[in-house]
Amino acid sequence: MIIRRPIYYPTTGFKSTFEELERMRQDMDRLFGGLGGRYTAPQTAGVFPLVNLTEDKDGYYVRAELAGLKADELNISATGNTLSITGERKVADEGENVRYHRREREAGTFSRIISLPGEVNSDKVEASLKNGILTVYIPKAEAAKPRQITVK
Amino acid sequence: MTATFSSKELQAKQKTEVSTPSEQTTPGVVFVPAVDIFETDKELNLLADLPGVKTDDLKIDLRDNVLTLSGDVAPFEGPDEKDIFIEYEVGKYYRQFTVSEEIDQGKIEAQLKDGVLRLILPKAEKTIPKKIIVKAS
Repeated sequence: MIIRRPIYYPTTGFKSTFEELERMRQDMDRLFGGLGGRYTAPQTAGVFPLVNLTEDKDGYYVRAELAGLKADELNISATGNTLSITGERKVADEGENVRYHRREREAGTFSRIISLPGEVNSDKVEASLKNGILTVYIPKAEAAKPRQITVK
Repeated sequence: MTATFSSKELQAKQKTEVSTPSEQTTPGVVFVPAVDIFETDKELNLLADLPGVKTDDLKIDLRDNVLTLSGDVAPFEGPDEKDIFIEYEVGKYYRQFTVSEEIDQGKIEAQLKDGVLRLILPKAEKTIPKKIIVKAS
């Protein structure tokens, strides 16, 4: 026998309808959360190299992982408040008498332009490449630096 | 016509997280480094991209035919730095391989330069193929 109950049946009511939905949502979260693991990849612009941009009160830091690159294979320039990083990653040829078991490291050219969120002093950009990590420091323009204001 | 990217243009790739059923005892993300492995008659070579790993923080271990690479990366951000956007995570590197060839343990060479490890594993004498000349009778 089929029992039809109106949605707003007195014993269930509005509240418990939503409670039921909430419980289902939590179940789904649990289900998909378990598949994804602990780590969720950050959002990116999808252009090589992936960069991290941070700031302190004096300037911006742009960092990228560029393993195996040498300083002269990189071209960094700053115009206005955009920073451009271009270059080519080479994977050395190991000769003809080798048999590859795995080949995962990729070679190729890249070009990335990053807009900095504030005004910068593009004359004083410093770049360093150490252990395969590129760090570019871009000082903020005097006008863009935060100033301490004393209340009299 | 569909636009095809030149095969020589590098594509942005997220690092792959290590997937092991057991968790690390220390917190933080662990990634799988990209490697090239190739073989010559005399040795097995391994190149691994380990950006941010210093020589002292890299551990290479070969025992019972299992080669383990693990590298720690110290956070390099200054204490006063605030994130604006973060596209990649910094974490440790870990990878294991089963080496089928017999390796001459005493002659292993490792060099870490610009974030790339080059590991040379010379094969033990007896596994180097010897040319057998068939004489015409």
